[in-house]
Amino acid sequence: MFALRSIAAPAQRQCLRVAPRAAAPFALRNQRQYSSKGEQVAKFNGIKDANGKYPVSLIEGDGIGPEIAVAVKDIFAAAKAPITWEPISVDPIIKDGRTAIPDTAIESIKRNKIALKGPLATPIGKGHVSLNLTLRRTFNLFANLRPCRSVAGYKTPYDDVDTVLIRENTEGEYSGIEHVVVDGVVQSIKLITRDASERVLRYAFQHAQSIGRKKVRVVHKATIMKMSDGLFLNVAREIAREYPDIEFDAELLDNTCLKMTTDPLPYNDKVLVMPNLYGDILSDMCAGLIGGLGLTPSGNIGDECSIFEAVHGSAPDIAGKNLANPTALLLSSMMMLRHMSLGEYADRIEKAAFATLAEGKVLTGDLGGKSTTTDFASAIINKL
Amino acid sequence: MLSRNSSRTAQRLLRTAAQPSQTLNIARSFASVQDSPAVQSSIQSDLFKPTKYGGKYTVTLIPGDGIGAEVAESVKTVFKADNVPITWEQIDVSGVETGSPGRTEEAFNEAVASLRRNKLGLKGILHTPVSRSGHQSFNVAMRQELDIYASISLIKNIPGLVTRHKDVDLCIIRENTEGEYSGLEHQSVPGVVESLKIITRAKSERIAKFAFSFALANHRKKVTCIHKANIMKLADGLFRGTFQRLAKEYPQLESNDMIVDNASMQCVSRPQQFDVLVMPNLYGGILSNIAAALVGGPGVVPGCNMGRDVAVFEPGCRHVGLDIQGKDQANPTALLLSGAMLLRHLGLDDHANRISNAVYDVIAQGAIRTRDMGGNATTHEFTRAILNSMEKAL
Repeated sequence: MFALRSIAAPAQRQCLRVAPRAAAPFALRNQRQYSSKGEQVAKFNGIKDANGKYPVSLIEGDGIGPEIAVAVKDIFAAAKAPITWEPISVDPIIKDGRTAIPDTAIESIKRNKIALKGPLATPIGKGHVSLNLTLRRTFNLFANLRPCRSVAGYKTPYDDVDTVLIRENTEGEYSGIEHVVVDGVVQSIKLITRDASERVLRYAFQHAQSIGRKKVRVVHKATIMKMSDGLFLNVAREIAREYPDIEFDAELLDNTCLKMTTDPLPYNDKVLVMPNLYGDILSDMCAGLIGGLGLTPSGNIGDECSIFEAVHGSAPDIAGKNLANPTALLLSSMMMLRHMSLGEYADRIEKAAFATLAEGKVLTGDLGGKSTTTDFASAIINKL
Repeated sequence: MLSRNSSRTAQRLLRTAAQPSQTLNIARSFASVQDSPAVQSSIQSDLFKPTKYGGKYTVTLIPGDGIGAEVAESVKTVFKADNVPITWEQIDVSGVETGSPGRTEEAFNEAVASLRRNKLGLKGILHTPVSRSGHQSFNVAMRQELDIYASISLIKNIPGLVTRHKDVDLCIIRENTEGEYSGLEHQSVPGVVESLKIITRAKSERIAKFAFSFALANHRKKVTCIHKANIMKLADGLFRGTFQRLAKEYPQLESNDMIVDNASMQCVSRPQQFDVLVMPNLYGGILSNIAAALVGGPGVVPGCNMGRDVAVFEPGCRHVGLDIQGKDQANPTALLLSGAMLLRHLGLDDHANRISNAVYDVIAQGAIRTRDMGGNATTHEFTRAILNSMEKAL
């Protein structure tokens, strides 16, 4: 006899409690679509406006968010990127007793199909699901793309790191299905479905092709979780047959952790793809290899729209002091440009940004410099 | 809604977890006698006293798969050279599928029975096949069967062995019997699989208590709880909540908590900030691998698994090493140091010190090292060097 997902069923047991799930607008839920063979997953379908520019929804975020957003806007203006910004607010509202984001924000992102997002502070307290999670669920952003590249000019124990991780973003350990069975015993359900696995794996192979990497590696723990991770692994083997030009292999989570921390260089020619929790942990670990979340971009890819974001915190302690480092948001915005097939602008900005970082003359406090956010942005603009 | 099957399983888990809660306060410590009253009481109430026969302890030895046989050979040689009063009861369990499943099961049951009898074991790592038809992990089954609930990995830079990170000295304590390794999985409809992670208050409590007692007994200052309670609000929330409640009973120790993704990031950038870490099962697997890589890999990280009755000492970072099996390249340091922990556990500190000093001495001198430590010596040459060093020290 099999257990069904607990969310649908009435609570027969008195103490059964279901963890609150974020509300996704009903219309969007139904549009949930999965990939099929041969199809390009998560293609950008945005349309230019009357001035020949793509409108992009901009969520400035909290804390240092507005400052670093200004820096990015200035740099984009200087590079003449064909983008118009459409600032929106995602301050959470409670809708039917659940955390939701305002309709205006949803409409904007749905229209533009793309958004750039600064750090958000999740309100601490009961009942609020993290806003990041809400966004992911609202727009069904199924893949989280996390490249990590060493920044010349910032020394860490690891050199020349250049990893690309793709994480399944909608299910797995973060399904949010949890309940108290009896007092003191909690069950949390890790959910792996064939459809969602297929979609993220297909995206991984396509992304590998688009960035010119020849190897895709699945990270799993199928020795212990034979059915759930086993399913993910089996789907990966099937999908791999559709991409004969890409080499495919699988590695046990333990080995990946060990080898990456020992020497990350062998991972420079691979794209790693994995279920939710492992991806969460490993992508942050990779960020640690190159110096922290302040230097790592992130993209949340969905079928309908994609959101690129800075994953670091909102740093309320230095907010408004013009001290914040805009690198993560800037790198994310370049990923966004590439996703929109505006790679030439991304290349120019990237070159200027990395040159500025490598020079080490104008750096913000977190990288050991003394400059302000605006100085750093102007230095990049001068290089453009 | 849960089916009858899985709720029954959950109830069974609860029952087994709830039973011991009375006796659990006494986490066993390895420490020699201390003056702190908390430690005194934990030593006095130690339930577990392995018996000596003819002046010797009997210890179950499970060499394991991969490099197991080679490193176990090295340990036996070194222990014999030092006249350690231990008789090995060797049982060759293997997780590698040979085509005769009956035999592997039988050996496994024999090993469990032997551990129950001897209450002490030294163990290599058993291989677990990925395939769905394969058996459950013997490593996990053994821990669940014998209720060996706490796994300890000691991660510390070995003097002379230069790695990317300096001054790492941390200790990972991992819950061993529930969490993601519950082994409860099912397919609801084709293409939809659920895997259950179970967290119980009783088991969270005993692992937290173990961590605090361990920290006290070993003069550690800080205990950090690793969790993902921001997402798994109920499951990891229970683990964290239990930890925080117990932390109040140990005011002499500093305690804090950290989210697992942040912890793994901090681990590769500033590992020096950590002291004792306590966490549920899966996170322990991840972090012990990351941390082991900081100090030189699985070949140099000792560890042990503690239960109420049985203590099994095994390398702290569990790798089978099938790729270098039989090549005489394996590094026996992890198992030797785990063996030294076993000796300290028995109060045979003299032997333990002699052996571990010899191991450290050979590594520090640097002339003879196995391949994973940057040398090109074989396992046998390395073992011989340790024997020579022990002889010199006499």
